Amino acid sequence: MTTSVPASRGHRALLAGWGLAASSATELVDVDAGTLAAAVKDLPARGGIARGLGRSYGDPAQNAGGHVLRLAPTNEHIVIDDVAGTVTAGAGVSFDDLLAVIVPRGYFVPVTPGTRFVTIGGAIASDIHGKNHHADGSFGDHVTSLRMMLADTTVVTVGPDNDPDLFWATVGGMGLTGVIIDATFRLIPVDSSRMSVETRRIDNLDDIMSRMAASDSNVRYSVAWIDLLAKGKHLGRGVLTNAEHATATQLAASQATDPLCFDAKQIVAVPPIVPAPGVINRLSVTAFNELWYRKAPLVRQGELQSIPAYFHPLDLVGNWNRVYGRQGFLQYQFVVPFGAEDVLRAVIERISAATLPIFLTVLKRFGAGNPGHLSFPIGGWTLAIDVRAERAGLSALLNGLDTLVLDAGGRHYLAKDFQTSPAAVRRGYPRLDEWLAIRERVDPAGVWASDLSRRLGLTPFRTN
Amino acid sequence: MQNALNEPQTIVLLGGTSEIGRAIVDELLSVSTQTLVLACRRPDEAQPERFAADGLHVAVEYFDAAATETHDGFVRKLAAEHGDIDIAIVAFGVLGVQSQFDDDPHAAAQAVHVNYTGAVSTSLAIAAQMRRQGHGQIAVLSSVAGERARAGNFVYGSSKAGLDAFAQGLGDSLAGSGVKVTVIRPGFVHSRMTRGLKSAPLATTPRVVGELAAAGIRKGKHTVWTPGVLRYVFMVLRHVPRPIFRRLPLG
Ligand SMILES: Cc1cc2nc3c(=O)[nH]c(=O)nc-3n(C[C@H](O)[C@H](O)[C@H](O)COP(=O)(O)OP(=O)(O)OC[C@H]3O[C@@H](n4cnc5c(N)ncnc54)[C@H](O)[C@@H]3O)c2cc1C
Ligand SMILES: NC(=O)c1ccc[n+]([C@@H]2O[C@H](COP(=O)([O-])OP(=O)(O)OC[C@H]3O[C@@H](n4cnc5c(N)ncnc54)[C@H](OP(=O)(O)O)[C@@H]3O)[C@@H](O)[C@H]2O)c1
Repeated sequence: MTTSVPASRGHRALLAGWGLAASSATELVDVDAGTLAAAVKDLPARGGIARGLGRSYGDPAQNAGGHVLRLAPTNEHIVIDDVAGTVTAGAGVSFDDLLAVIVPRGYFVPVTPGTRFVTIGGAIASDIHGKNHHADGSFGDHVTSLRMMLADTTVVTVGPDNDPDLFWATVGGMGLTGVIIDATFRLIPVDSSRMSVETRRIDNLDDIMSRMAASDSNVRYSVAWIDLLAKGKHLGRGVLTNAEHATATQLAASQATDPLCFDAKQIVAVPPIVPAPGVINRLSVTAFNELWYRKAPLVRQGELQSIPAYFHPLDLVGNWNRVYGRQGFLQYQFVVPFGAEDVLRAVIERISAATLPIFLTVLKRFGAGNPGHLSFPIGGWTLAIDVRAERAGLSALLNGLDTLVLDAGGRHYLAKDFQTSPAAVRRGYPRLDEWLAIRERVDPAGVWASDLSRRLGLTPFRTN
Repeated sequence: MQNALNEPQTIVLLGGTSEIGRAIVDELLSVSTQTLVLACRRPDEAQPERFAADGLHVAVEYFDAAATETHDGFVRKLAAEHGDIDIAIVAFGVLGVQSQFDDDPHAAAQAVHVNYTGAVSTSLAIAAQMRRQGHGQIAVLSSVAGERARAGNFVYGSSKAGLDAFAQGLGDSLAGSGVKVTVIRPGFVHSRMTRGLKSAPLATTPRVVGELAAAGIRKGKHTVWTPGVLRYVFMVLRHVPRPIFRRLPLG
């Protein structure tokens, strides 16, 4: 009797991004370092793409009609090098698991997004940025080396000094150069697991922006939450929070016994039901934004907050993405270079005039970009808005904003995008052709493909 | 690939000269649309320039709904040339004249062949392609004439009844495949097909059908009635006793 071993243990799945706006059918295959090569050999004509925790808002981690490779979280192999101040960990490891290991040892990740539920692989592939971009750059700036599997199943180690072309094409490359297996990156040493936070309520956009510009050099973490429903002289009013890692001496006596304690919990979950239509409408959001703005202190300094409370407040509510209902939502995030402040203002004016039900919006300043060909950050202002994926009015609004942003030399964030066009990516990322050439070198047959790569023309189209 | 707002990049209109089909296309087009294929029995009549827009490639392809043996190859060729098909609209159809069908059974069979058999094989070929793609949407032009056959057009009505049942079943069979089917049920529409006929109650225009159909397609609805009130009208009409139904002025 002969037994045949299936090459991959996949199953049919409908996958969507965090915005839940559109799903596609795929073969979802769970892999680890041992089974990855077999799974890559087994990819069908429509190819494969790696997936982390699916926290991208749009379609980069799904591959209609092809395979999606989900890396196992290998938490048992998180290795800290205290001499170099680095950690080496599997690409499938989440920041949630990583922080639980490194914070008690006196380290923090060099860059964290607004959620702990992203993987190291996803952090590199999107070259994620945090509230400290102006001070510390993006995630890829801290990676010293990574191992990845190419389309022909060879495993290569790359870094800023080792095939830098492939390294920087992979940092921000949305999984389209190969599957990252593990990575080594520098950590930030911290004295405590607390943040010392300064909160300031500011009545208009100009004041927020000038305050953010002034604090570039002396504040590590900085972000402003803007109320896009405010108009007139309150246009762009918001709350600015600046923060530093608290030193052990800043802690209250009660906390000082265990300065590096890290305890992240999810408090509530949005039930898996579709909310009644109209739960999110302009009135309810206006009321919410008003309350939230009034609740913020005019100024409060030196408040101690935990890492989850400061960096990952949304993680307290599991699956909050469901509140937008069955249509899902999209996040529109762009950056415009310094000098284009008038464009940023014009964008905010247009959104404000459109009176869409938009909750708080995040405004940040970026420092200079890195050599990643498709890395999103460039020196300038970045704004991110969440909005329900309803076409009426939105399509025309966003197309208009695209033009403003691109004319100003700006670009859109691929980890969030689910709406722009191939032309917008070409204009926004002037080094796209260099990236395409490197991709062609390591994947001439076009094995790596995703819904995003098809939609934006980042990979040659191959049918079936 | 469609974007978050369900705006298609590639649209295929089967029955590329259909007035209703073209009105649906008008509503589906956006700056995201890169390719529109007009699949026609008479390519010379396609008037692709009507859709000309920046960044939009309009292709005209010869397509005969009656030639069922060509459909699978035709759809594969479309995909090979234009990539994934995001939305296909099955819009071809012939109304015919019932009194002529009474005397020419062969002509009746030919009409049914286009409306039903041709639509079955076309839709199955598209569905197979979309299954391979893992995404896509098929809009099928049914008709309220299929809801309850009338003496004045029962050959046409019965072909649409068959098509409607087929399309609903197809939609169910595609659950979980990433592919959706939207059945569109217009009432009397002032188009080329009905030119010269006496208008029926609740008659509408291709443009209105286009708007309602496109909105329904975008939302991934299973069924779209145009105008919407027909849904309730037919809830009643289905149960009207036949002697009365026969005498209703339904056009
Ligand atoms: C609430 C919330 C807040 C956020 N805040 C921020 C923020 O402040 N800053 C920011 O930059 N981003 C932010 N994001 C976006 C998020 O950080 C990125 O989308 C990130 O890439 C998600 O990681 P993931 O592991 O879920 O990856 P996925 O979403 O699953 O995949 C993202 C991309 O990474 C690729 N990828 C994943 N694993 C691998 C691998 N092993 N090898 C190769 N490629 C791989 C995928 O192919 C895909 O292209 C936020 C998202 C949410 C939901
Ligand atoms: N108008 C109404 O009142 C009404 C109501 C309900 C449903 N519908 C349905 O809506 C659809 C569109 O109709 P319409 O109103 O837009 O009428 P239309 O303009 O006459 O469109 C019908 C289309 O079908 C095409 N066609 C016919 N036979 C074909 C074949 N063998 N191969 C390929 N194409 C063929 C015609 O092409 P040619 O140009 O070559 O003839 C024409 O493009 C039809 O399915 C119709 O049954 C119409």
